[in-house]
Amino acid sequence: MAQATTKGASETKKQVSQSYWSLVWWKFKKNKTAVVGGIILIVFYLCFVGLAEFLAPYSLERRSNYTEAPPQIIRFIDAQGKFHLRPFVYGLEKHIDQETRKRTFKEDPSRVYPIYFFVRREPYKLFGLFPTDIHLFGVDESDPAASIFIMGTDSNGRDYFSRILYGGRLSLMIGLLGQFLTLLLGCVLGVISGYYGGATDMFVQRTTEFLNAFPDIPLFMALAAAIPKHWSPVTVYFMLTIILAFVRWGGLARQVRGLILSLREREYVLAARSAGASDARLMFRHLLPGTMSHVIVIATLSIPGMILSETALSWLGLGLRPPLTSWGVLLQEAGTVYAIRYAPWLLWTIPFLLITILAYNMLGDGLRDAMDPYGGR
Amino acid sequence: MVAEPSPQDNILLDVRGLKKYFPIQRGLLRRTVGYVKAVDDVTFFVREGETLGLVGESGCGKTTAGRTIIRLYEPTAGSALFKTRLLSPDGSPQMVDLLKADKQQLKLLRQEIAMIFQDPINSLNPRMSVSDIIAEPLVIHGRGKGPEVEEIIVNLLERVGLRPEHMRRYPHEFSGGQRQRIGIARALALNPRLVICDEPVSALDVSIQAQTLNLLQDLQADFNLSYIFVAHDLSVVQHVSDRVAVMYVGKIVEMADAEELYINPLHPYTEALMSAVPKPDPLYKSERIVMQGDVADPSNPPPGCYFHPRCRYAVDICSKQTPEFRELRPDHFVACHRAEELQLRGV
Amino acid sequence: MSSGDTLVEVKDLKVEFDVREGIIKAVDGLSLTVKRGRTLGVIGESGCGKSMTARAILNMVPKPGKITGGEILYYRQVGGNGKPLITDVINITKLDPDGELIRQIRGGEIGMIFQEPMSSLTPVYTAGTHINEAVTLHRLIPIRKVGDQLVETIQAHRKVSKQEAREIAIEMLRKVGIPKPEQRVDAYPHQLSGGQRQRVMIAVALSCEPKMLIADEPTTALDVSIEAQILDLMRELQETVDMAIMFITHNLGVIAEMAEEIVVMYMGKQVEQASAVELFYEPQHPYTRALLQSIPHVGKKSRQRLASIAGMVPDPFHLPPGCVFHPRCSSFMPGKCDVIVPGWKQIGPNHWVRCLLYEEV
Repeated sequence: MAQATTKGASETKKQVSQSYWSLVWWKFKKNKTAVVGGIILIVFYLCFVGLAEFLAPYSLERRSNYTEAPPQIIRFIDAQGKFHLRPFVYGLEKHIDQETRKRTFKEDPSRVYPIYFFVRREPYKLFGLFPTDIHLFGVDESDPAASIFIMGTDSNGRDYFSRILYGGRLSLMIGLLGQFLTLLLGCVLGVISGYYGGATDMFVQRTTEFLNAFPDIPLFMALAAAIPKHWSPVTVYFMLTIILAFVRWGGLARQVRGLILSLREREYVLAARSAGASDARLMFRHLLPGTMSHVIVIATLSIPGMILSETALSWLGLGLRPPLTSWGVLLQEAGTVYAIRYAPWLLWTIPFLLITILAYNMLGDGLRDAMDPYGGR
Repeated sequence: MVAEPSPQDNILLDVRGLKKYFPIQRGLLRRTVGYVKAVDDVTFFVREGETLGLVGESGCGKTTAGRTIIRLYEPTAGSALFKTRLLSPDGSPQMVDLLKADKQQLKLLRQEIAMIFQDPINSLNPRMSVSDIIAEPLVIHGRGKGPEVEEIIVNLLERVGLRPEHMRRYPHEFSGGQRQRIGIARALALNPRLVICDEPVSALDVSIQAQTLNLLQDLQADFNLSYIFVAHDLSVVQHVSDRVAVMYVGKIVEMADAEELYINPLHPYTEALMSAVPKPDPLYKSERIVMQGDVADPSNPPPGCYFHPRCRYAVDICSKQTPEFRELRPDHFVACHRAEELQLRGV
Repeated sequence: MSSGDTLVEVKDLKVEFDVREGIIKAVDGLSLTVKRGRTLGVIGESGCGKSMTARAILNMVPKPGKITGGEILYYRQVGGNGKPLITDVINITKLDPDGELIRQIRGGEIGMIFQEPMSSLTPVYTAGTHINEAVTLHRLIPIRKVGDQLVETIQAHRKVSKQEAREIAIEMLRKVGIPKPEQRVDAYPHQLSGGQRQRVMIAVALSCEPKMLIADEPTTALDVSIEAQILDLMRELQETVDMAIMFITHNLGVIAEMAEEIVVMYMGKQVEQASAVELFYEPQHPYTRALLQSIPHVGKKSRQRLASIAGMVPDPFHLPPGCVFHPRCSSFMPGKCDVIVPGWKQIGPNHWVRCLLYEEV
């Protein structure tokens, strides 16, 4: 009899009003892929940026005698087939390959090092604030030969797992920080360019075209080469962020400008103007919020590009330099045939990088769909 | 050239020689290669408490005229005298030229002139709640605080036929007719005296259209509003207007009392336009005057009278000389060389 | 009913949209008949299902919509030119929406024109190509195989003399009143005015000499003077080519001028059907009456209040029980209209209405 049947018809119709952003959130939540992407990113940022010192069993520069040691596998069952509740690793034993004269390490089942959790090791400051010395896991270091390298070590005998954690911090932050600068530059210039038009617009547009006309890598190289060698690595890091942002703001400014141009003639903007609204009110109350959804999507989808640019630059040796460690720096160390042949665990960086980029794309795609909550109604 | 309103007229807005040319720019250096004469020497006036209908086909400049008066576009030439008490120190009424007002003056004057837009979807900011939308003019002009503003909003919502609880909602939760009501409430927030209605009902369904027109008429009576009613639908314009001005390619070709215009049109374009409207009567035998061709291009209008290529009464002079906009009968203005001799058919 | 002059018969058509919030019954139990060479008008407000009906006839209901019931019978005449005329009855709802037969019918035997010509014309083709395409596609359908449409069109251009198709295109443009068709045939749609684009669309639709033309709000985006031209053109062409028209609009003036028979729709249902004169002079359904009273008339005394229909179109997910129009109806009978669903009742030789006022309950 009823002409339309509502799914779950018994529930009373919700009269709760929903703002744009709550609609976006509601639609975003329904997209499982995007939510997974978001959760991965939250976990990654928490682990790499916030808790790297806690999670890493060793500090960044702690060297051991085991160079290019393979990963020590975490085990529950020993050589006799006995099950242990407390996980353990076997100790490492030196081998000399008679043909290549190369020193290699192998696991030695006779030496068992149980893994202890929340151990007190090298002191650090949690979140840069709270001094502590608790690490998530470690082995009893009263035996100087004891070690735990779950992803092996590099040619200097440094724990690779710890280095990936610390390296992720810089790589992930450069993406976020660089994108933030890009957003700032792109939005401000785009809004001004689109709103005022005329000579301002002309100047901004020609500048973006000029920047876009340059091929990326040579421009990076030129700018990176201009960074003085004697600058401290931290300064280099910030300079690199600024360079990345500087090269990439043009595209965003252009998109924002286009959006502003189309929004400027919207009737609601005219309505505000006819009521006497000031330029600032029009730009920041009516125009910019209208572009936000697009900007967020574009920004999310271009963070991976940012991260990859850093990686590429560092890999080329133009970006970050040791002792600063990023995924790019790690990849550079691993980027030889030799390394791939004899120390394939040095490629552990790649899965982390891939997952990060994939997660950003999943999140960005989900956001793009969610940002248009009125569509399809 | 100038339509001189008689002194006893209670003129609220007196627009003379209004021009708005949009430059056509080409090339890298954006050189101006010509102008779209969207509004080309338009003269009309609005009396207090009346509705002036501005009717014409798309691209005739009726919307541009409305927007230029309220300075959404900067005028190319002309004047628009508006009677206001806001700018004189002793509060006595004076005629102020809207087109020459500076920024401060304009902001003050904008309290007295409001706009209602065509598109009920585009005219409300989707990111703002209804109360924010209606309160915006109040906030801009610093009228009232918190609870006061809320009270004003509630009153306005009730006045336009919406419920107070609607103020917490967002535009997408409303139907087209309701959104137009929100737009009307926003226009009334500052107690304006002149409201420029730009195609307020053309995007609405027939049954909603009638409701909205009735609401506009009720509000006019209650608040003594004057309307400039811009529309392309002749029957709607005739229904709401006291006087009607017909525009063609940036110019007003005829302006008269609504009934007079429909019974005794003096311009061939008005006659043809009215005959072209399909009548909701299957037995009506239309003797339609079909205008040949398309509307003239406002960036490159024909010489003389812009309508002459489509006019069935055109003679030599029509293609050579621009006809004068003159008062042929009391309160009936027309721009046609042959207005005196032609016997045109009304509805 | 003699099937000789029946072209399309829609029986109890149901179109439903299954969306997140529930099911929308866009068309609910619609029945109508289009006769050869005649004009049927369908009128209603936005969302009443009039456009969906048109799309259903071409089996082109957009996703997530679906035809869920009823049938659409197309009485297709084969033969002629000396051979005896045979009438094939094709049930369009049963056809594969991407199949060979429906494609032959769609655009070939039943043409369609839309509200905004620009969006249905592809801007990268010239006006001439569009007509060429329709012409050649139609002529070549019997030998056409499944494949890339574009490739087929190019092949088709080579087989059927391109020159010939072009001449037909020019002739059609001339027929629909485009000035200088020899030059205009090479123009791109954006170079034409709105009225000219609508003319090109009509030329495209008519180039295959369809038996029926579905016109969905063909003049809504046009100015009054252009609208008049297009309406005149459609009537002239109908006389010369003997084609049925299904004219869909919300404009009462336009429908009065064009249609011989009118169906009034409200919320997916037809509420009244009668000849144009009877509908305008003796409307029986309260909705039709209210609709007719709510429009201002040119020339009638102005400044009266319009009779408006109270309230709003109901939410399609929460339709009122009984007669869907009862909350807005001026003749609402409590206890009846909000309980009983009115039936489709014949009240005159050619007059049907769906209202409890005319039923004894």
